[in-house]
Amino acid sequence: MPVTHLKNTFVMPECDGDILYVNELHFAYPDGHAALNGVSLKLCEGDKVALVGPNGAGKSTLMLHLNGILRGRGDVEIAGMRLTRDNLPVVRSMVGLVFQSPDDQLFSPTVFEDVAFGPLHMGLPEDEVRARVDAALEAVRMSGYRDRLSHHLSVGEKKRIAIATVLSMQPSLLVLDEPSAGLDPRARRTLINLLRELPITMLVSTHDMAMVKELFPRTVVMDEGRVVADGLTYEILEDESLLTAHGLEKP
Amino acid sequence: MLYTPAPLHIPDGFLSILVSVVCWAITIIVIGFAISKTNKALGEKQIPLMGVMAAFIFAAQMINFPVAGGTSGHLLGGALAAIVLGPWAGMLVMTAVIAVQALLFQDGGLLVMGANILNMGLVTAAIGYGLYRSVAGQSKTVKLTVVGIAAWLSVMAGALLTSLQLWLSGTSQLEIVIPAMLGVHALIGLGEALITVFALAFIIQTRPDLIGEGSESAKASRNWVFAGGIVSLLVVLLSPLASADPDGLERVAKDLGFLSVGQDAPYQVIPDYTVPFLGETALSTILAGVVGILVVGVIIVLIARGMKAKS
Amino acid sequence: MHFDAFDRYHEKESFLHRLDPRVKVLVTVIFIVSNALLPDGAWIAFLFAWLFVLAANLFSQLGIGYSLKRSIIALPFALIAITVLFSMPGKPLSTFHFLMWNLTITDAGLLRFVSILIRAWLSVQMAILLVAVTRFPDLIHALEHLRVPAILTTIIAFLYRYLFVLTDEVFRLLRARESRSAAVPGSRSGGGVLWRAKVAGNMAGQLFLRSYERSDRIYNAMIARGYAGHLYTLNPHEMKSGDYFTTAFAVAVIFILQILGRL
Repeated sequence: MPVTHLKNTFVMPECDGDILYVNELHFAYPDGHAALNGVSLKLCEGDKVALVGPNGAGKSTLMLHLNGILRGRGDVEIAGMRLTRDNLPVVRSMVGLVFQSPDDQLFSPTVFEDVAFGPLHMGLPEDEVRARVDAALEAVRMSGYRDRLSHHLSVGEKKRIAIATVLSMQPSLLVLDEPSAGLDPRARRTLINLLRELPITMLVSTHDMAMVKELFPRTVVMDEGRVVADGLTYEILEDESLLTAHGLEKP
Repeated sequence: MLYTPAPLHIPDGFLSILVSVVCWAITIIVIGFAISKTNKALGEKQIPLMGVMAAFIFAAQMINFPVAGGTSGHLLGGALAAIVLGPWAGMLVMTAVIAVQALLFQDGGLLVMGANILNMGLVTAAIGYGLYRSVAGQSKTVKLTVVGIAAWLSVMAGALLTSLQLWLSGTSQLEIVIPAMLGVHALIGLGEALITVFALAFIIQTRPDLIGEGSESAKASRNWVFAGGIVSLLVVLLSPLASADPDGLERVAKDLGFLSVGQDAPYQVIPDYTVPFLGETALSTILAGVVGILVVGVIIVLIARGMKAKS
Repeated sequence: MHFDAFDRYHEKESFLHRLDPRVKVLVTVIFIVSNALLPDGAWIAFLFAWLFVLAANLFSQLGIGYSLKRSIIALPFALIAITVLFSMPGKPLSTFHFLMWNLTITDAGLLRFVSILIRAWLSVQMAILLVAVTRFPDLIHALEHLRVPAILTTIIAFLYRYLFVLTDEVFRLLRARESRSAAVPGSRSGGGVLWRAKVAGNMAGQLFLRSYERSDRIYNAMIARGYAGHLYTLNPHEMKSGDYFTTAFAVAVIFILQILGRL
């Protein structure tokens, strides 16, 4: 396993949350279950951040707040814009949210229609939509798949196309839910290389600690609807008592 | 065999152009209503819901259970779709299912698709939802019992309509096709009823919030109960009548212009074509029909076996 | 499960594959209507209609017998028409005894029966060819262009996409049921019909709930990408002069068929 960031060579930059600013976010589901109990989080341009924690920690709930699918109590700001009902369309084009199951993310019959869905619903002209589809497929190394049928793709291919479906909206922040889940080693390797190359700010929820160690300089640990740790990945991975307390394992 | 064609899907060639066009006209009018109602009543969330539900009905039709002698029970799903989605959305979902079955699998024709949608998607939904709404607020046992009856009747209604269309097209003889179709579908309807009831019981038990009393207003709901009741009554009354007095129906058909004058006695019963010792009575016709069902059933089972062995 | 079982499209580079899907849908429907309009016993017209089907097979590069091999699926339904053999008034051809009836086949009955079968057989072959040379998403686009309401084409598009996902789930459920349907030697496996129906019903209920929850997640994925109640699509098809020419030619041929059938 290559070590991409050695001890003490990387310092957490000062960040005031110019891409994402979440402050004291609370949310309870209609059945009364409190999923978020005051989450605060900042992301800056170029950050690649892992979001880890046990199932039910609130990771997915937090992600659904980032483009306003769920609305809780507290502040969510995207690139300095406070999320309101009026700027939802703009925010949704800035935050590219990719769900865990690619079969839910890819809901159109063909790859082209799926990647074009975002840009089309942003109201872009036809030529621009086509150009963006081509660029997004190029970015995930799937240019030859433009006219394929979604159900003919392998899981790894579906995951990459799923990322292309939001890249075509040219978001400022990419939010991925468990991108490496269910992939065989080769498809996982391809995906990790892709995420490393993508020049975009990203927040990635995952249980894949080996990927966290390899790819993300910064890690946020969530448990019971709170952020319990936020810091340099290698420091968090060294803190065995923290990891055990939240059901995580050192890779 | 992965995809089993259902017996109600009429292929092209079996219905006359006049019957096909009239059925299309009725279907288009009803679907038009359904579209304007769903556009008005449903939120944006309903689009993916109806889409996935159409795939659900399609996939659920593959769930079977062995009954006896190599036959199995299946779901057609018209009543279930209308009960869980509401009547209009249920009709649209069934329309999509029947369209895809015809387009992708050639299960059912294109020119006759209007008739197939009418028989399997529209009438089934009206009966299923209408009867279900008639017991709104009753106990779960009452509801499920009525749902079972409604599911059975919906299949019978589809079979009856199919028979009538075949007869009006000059493809089948009324005295034979009605008892044969209704006989076979009395059994198919039983499978439909059982799966629908157990599926609904399961859903009510695990997610009672999904099966509300529906979003329809009190007036609309009364209309549905009325419509479902009328169609059911027609099925119950028309089936024995059609087998007992085909001449009467023929007169009506001729008056409506379906049977041309040139075909003056297109389906006159050949004297020999009855059970000898009973003479030409309704009972004899029904008996003949029952034998017809058995023969058709055996042939269908043999064909199905043959196709299974090949694939 | 393998998707091949559901895909009727065959990857080829043929004249018919390249044709605009609208043209293919229209010509297929016109051909089927024409079959329905041909009178009983129009043998010459039926023969030429069959040649039309053969030519279409040839132009699809799928082999001249492609649609023929797959056309038996409409055959079981022929039983429903069998009574016309005995019921049309006409010259008796042959009488035979079946169970307790004496059945007499008449010439008029035979003519009608064979005509019905030929119409069905020709029509189903054209429909088979249509999906073999048209990708289903293109077929949906054609329907959009032909003014099928958007709500229906959208449902059909979702149905097509999730058909594969959900039938996969059904096969997993069926396999799980099978693997648990064990029997102690000497006793029959499973309960009575009611019990089996209940298992099947529960499976359908289970599938319904999973589908319902899936539609929720799909809705989230849609609004995350800007969906706000109205669906937009890009339509990649454009009628070329060749498409117009082919339509005109096919319609002319079918028109001649109709004249042949009425001579």
